[in-house]
Amino acid sequence: MMELAVTLSFVMPLVGTLVLALSGGRLGPKVGSVIGVASIGIAALATAWAIALYAGGDGAVRFTLWTWIQVGAFQPTIGLAVDGLALVMMAVITGVGFFIHLFAVWYMGGEAGVTRFFAWMNLFVFSMLMLVLGDNLLLLFLGWEGVGLCSYLLIGYYYQDSANGRAAFKAFLVTRIGDVFLALGLFLIFRDLGTLDIQQVMVRAAEVWSVGDPTATLVALLVLGGALGKSAQVPLHTWLPDAMAGPTPVSALIHAATMVTAGVYLIARLNGVFLLAPEALWLVGVIGAVSLLLAAFAALAQTDIKRVLAYSTMSQIGYMFLALGVGAFDAAIFHLVTHAFFKALLFLSAGAVITSCHHEQDMANLGGLRKRLPVAYAGFLVGGSALVALPLVTAGFYSKDEILWQAMAADAQGLLLAGLLGAFLTCLYTVRLILRTFHGDCGSDKARNAEPGTQLLTHHLPLAVLAVLSTFVGAMLYPHLGGLFPVAPGERTEAGHTLLQLLATGTVIAGLAVSGWLFVKRREWLRQQVSAGPGAFLWKLWHRAWGFDALYDRLLVRPWHLLVRMLRHDLINLTINLVAVLARLLNSGLVRAQNGRTRSYATAMILGATLILLALTIGPGGVA
Amino acid sequence: MILVWLIVIPFLGGLLCWQADRWSEQAPRWIALGTMLFVLVISLVLWAAGDFALPSGGETPWLLEWRTDWIPRFGIEIHLAMDGLSLILVALTGFLGALAVLCSWREIGQRIGFFHLNLLWILGGVVGVFLALDLFLFFLFWEMMLVPMYFLIALWGHSGSAGQTRIRAATRFFIYTQASGLLMLVAILALVFIHFGNTGEFSFSYEVLLKTEVPEAIAPWLMLGFFVAFAVKLPVVPFHGWLPDAHAQAPTAGSVDLAGILLKTAAYGMLRFALPLFPEESAAFAPVAMVLGLVGIVYGAVLACGQQDIKRLIAYTSISHMGFVLIAIYSGSELAIQGAVVLMVAHAFSSAGLFILSGQLYERIHTRDMRIMGGLWGRIPTLPGFTLCFVAASLGMPATANFVGEFMILFGTFPTAPVVVIIASTGLVMAAIYSLILMQRVHFGPAYRDGALAGPDWREYGMMLALLALVLLIGLYPQPLLDTTAGMSGRVVELFAGPAQSLAETAGEVR
Repeated sequence: MMELAVTLSFVMPLVGTLVLALSGGRLGPKVGSVIGVASIGIAALATAWAIALYAGGDGAVRFTLWTWIQVGAFQPTIGLAVDGLALVMMAVITGVGFFIHLFAVWYMGGEAGVTRFFAWMNLFVFSMLMLVLGDNLLLLFLGWEGVGLCSYLLIGYYYQDSANGRAAFKAFLVTRIGDVFLALGLFLIFRDLGTLDIQQVMVRAAEVWSVGDPTATLVALLVLGGALGKSAQVPLHTWLPDAMAGPTPVSALIHAATMVTAGVYLIARLNGVFLLAPEALWLVGVIGAVSLLLAAFAALAQTDIKRVLAYSTMSQIGYMFLALGVGAFDAAIFHLVTHAFFKALLFLSAGAVITSCHHEQDMANLGGLRKRLPVAYAGFLVGGSALVALPLVTAGFYSKDEILWQAMAADAQGLLLAGLLGAFLTCLYTVRLILRTFHGDCGSDKARNAEPGTQLLTHHLPLAVLAVLSTFVGAMLYPHLGGLFPVAPGERTEAGHTLLQLLATGTVIAGLAVSGWLFVKRREWLRQQVSAGPGAFLWKLWHRAWGFDALYDRLLVRPWHLLVRMLRHDLINLTINLVAVLARLLNSGLVRAQNGRTRSYATAMILGATLILLALTIGPGGVA
Repeated sequence: MILVWLIVIPFLGGLLCWQADRWSEQAPRWIALGTMLFVLVISLVLWAAGDFALPSGGETPWLLEWRTDWIPRFGIEIHLAMDGLSLILVALTGFLGALAVLCSWREIGQRIGFFHLNLLWILGGVVGVFLALDLFLFFLFWEMMLVPMYFLIALWGHSGSAGQTRIRAATRFFIYTQASGLLMLVAILALVFIHFGNTGEFSFSYEVLLKTEVPEAIAPWLMLGFFVAFAVKLPVVPFHGWLPDAHAQAPTAGSVDLAGILLKTAAYGMLRFALPLFPEESAAFAPVAMVLGLVGIVYGAVLACGQQDIKRLIAYTSISHMGFVLIAIYSGSELAIQGAVVLMVAHAFSSAGLFILSGQLYERIHTRDMRIMGGLWGRIPTLPGFTLCFVAASLGMPATANFVGEFMILFGTFPTAPVVVIIASTGLVMAAIYSLILMQRVHFGPAYRDGALAGPDWREYGMMLALLALVLLIGLYPQPLLDTTAGMSGRVVELFAGPAQSLAETAGEVR
């Protein structure tokens, strides 16, 4: 039964893709949308069924559909492994995915090419399910690359604009660089462990490598490289803000809830390897802390709603990496789940704002929308409070508190401090985002003439459901996966937990108070600070997210273009062509000699004869 | 006897096409299509009936064999034989041959009969190359492929960009391959005379020459003679100059045959002749070959990124992909060699798909210059979707055959030469760059012109769907292919295993 439920859940999105793709647009937007949403709906129901079976005592299940490749010991299969972690991920992918699809019907309503949109969205869901269900690393890699392709296609969905194409290209390329690291990690794993099966890898890794083994560290670092690309962490993070060029439901599903958290899933899944490489695991935590701070600062200085949310996503994933880094895998997944809820809510609410305001997403041109768009406002309030981890009532509080507590229990003061500072900054940018969008005066006619969404099923329902999930209800739904993972540091002790909770709560309240004071009372002062002097420098620095793009542009992009331009005409080939040039030169020289004039021939003969005679006379053995 | 028919039928079919021109325009096309389908069906029947396990000692490795004397005075025979590798490549020839006929259906409007004569004779020559075991006969077929290809480019080609004429491209193709073929001829003759010196008998037989003791001072040079001939055809940088021009100027059918089949004769030649005849020398040469493969991967990819002509772009990607094949052949790993076979087939399908698609685009917008394309996604139904799929295949997206091939090669080569694999992996990133450049410039972005263009008709749709289905089928279930060539790759690895120690040492130097 479990096999059937799981198979149904990943086959349905694939069927949806095939039907939509093969229809070639003949179905029309209505039928296309219905098929696109229904396939994910069925997948979500099948997932619910699978969860019920799992909870009912079926337990973890593995089944192989067929052997993919078989040459000697190299035997990756098309095989699926269903365990608690996979089910949690499936629930997020299909559950949150379904509501995002539903919302997309409203968001994309009336646009040409909706069939294409849903075909790619369904393909994305299928690939993402493969990623979490694959029982071996090669199948995981299939999903991994598949989601990357879908991400590329959906970022560039509005293909007529070249800027979108560039953003999509950048996203694919940067993540592909990470993917190559992951691939190298797989080669190394197969060479040393002789298998790609995830369970076998965990078992064999512990047998073959001791803790701190250089190879284990190398493998962990390579896998981390892949995770950094997909999860938009420093230094492979630059693609995520640009990826906001895609339709907002895409940002919600791919660039907030699911694909960008694949790196977290990957590291949690391969926890055994990372525990053998403490240095690599430490690096995971440090990169998480750095990313969460860099992104939080950058989020402070954005004017585009979606870019604020993009940096916020990067920052929140930084928290997950931080948790992984201290060995708290369950806390990382917990935050992954709650983040999926509240960030999807925030993105969908942003989508509601953007569509209502006639595709305006610059906060300078918005403002004062709370009366006109009450539903979106409510969405932002609930999602925002979860994002800042408002104590007790929000889902974000429970998961973020768990992460901070684990960092404290692991004695990682630096990481803990980064987490607290990040929480403070989160308050700042979230409050700024909400105030700028919904309070104050309207910045443009587009905002003044906002048309609120009225569709109950495709607008209100998804927002409402995600809003409920963003409260403590969402946190309560999460089944802790402690049994699947190695013991986290926070499970060994309880000392100081209450203190930490008070500290975290204090930080949030302080953050909210400071931001309220800054953005309401000292608004004019802030504006002056930002317009000139060191404040302006900081604004510019943060607005450009610390200048990574410019750095990479100088370091990599331009040299690459130069190389391509230099070689465009195939230098090696031109060199080889010199042979032909030489032959032609000889030819033209000899052709000149044969000019048909008797006197030249006579001159040449006499000259030649003289030369030969001279050589005979002067040369060795000659007369002279 | 069936092997003889596999070769003779395309030649006879070609003659018939030539004459059928008098009856009607369509007659040569149908005859040519029927001929190629016949070759395909025969090979599929053989495939279904065959047993390809690695034969135990003493047994003949051939599935089918046919021999008769030809010029007994010099020990020259007509000796044909088929094993798993040649079977797959012959089937591939039949399939792509049929596609080549189909994609010329509307493109070729002049001298239709003579066009199909040339097309079928190329394919007949290729089948001969895949089946000949006598070295003299092999050389004969090797040269026989060239002449009709020359005519195909010179008579029906496009005179294209930057002052390149089709005649010039054809001449260049001919000179490159002819000159390198000469080296192979010298090497073959030297081998035969050494054998004559040892035994007092002339023989061109593969099996006899396999056992010939070649003096150590000469063997590397003979090996190089074979290698260079195959390297020009593969092509290996720096011998690649003919390929982009030939592709850019050739008609679609010519490009399909070139990329799909002719390049594969080179890889086949290495696996069948260069390696088995000179295993020790090849093992010693492996590091050089691998470095050449790397240069090809990187250089081909960088150049592909700089092209403006869509067919030249695809041509350079072929150089990049064949770099992977070269690395695999000299890796001495069964996994990698099997991967090379998969990648050869995968590349045949994906590049054929891309070339046919660019031919279809040319029929609609009459240009190959990507600077004046753009935004075609909204203007043509269905074709952009197919392009996306084949582009995904060429960048090695999992679930396509190209992924299986490339990753088997990389997994297989990694234990012996990790540094090579690391550098080759950068090719995966560059593949993403050139593939997406193609997609972006042609189909995405603002539309260069307005107005809807005709979608594919059933013929075009059918070709694309068949190719795509095969790419996905092999990408998800390559096992039938792998089982068929298991015997062959096992033998190559065994041959390599003798000097395996030295290989490991030399490969170690590459590290």
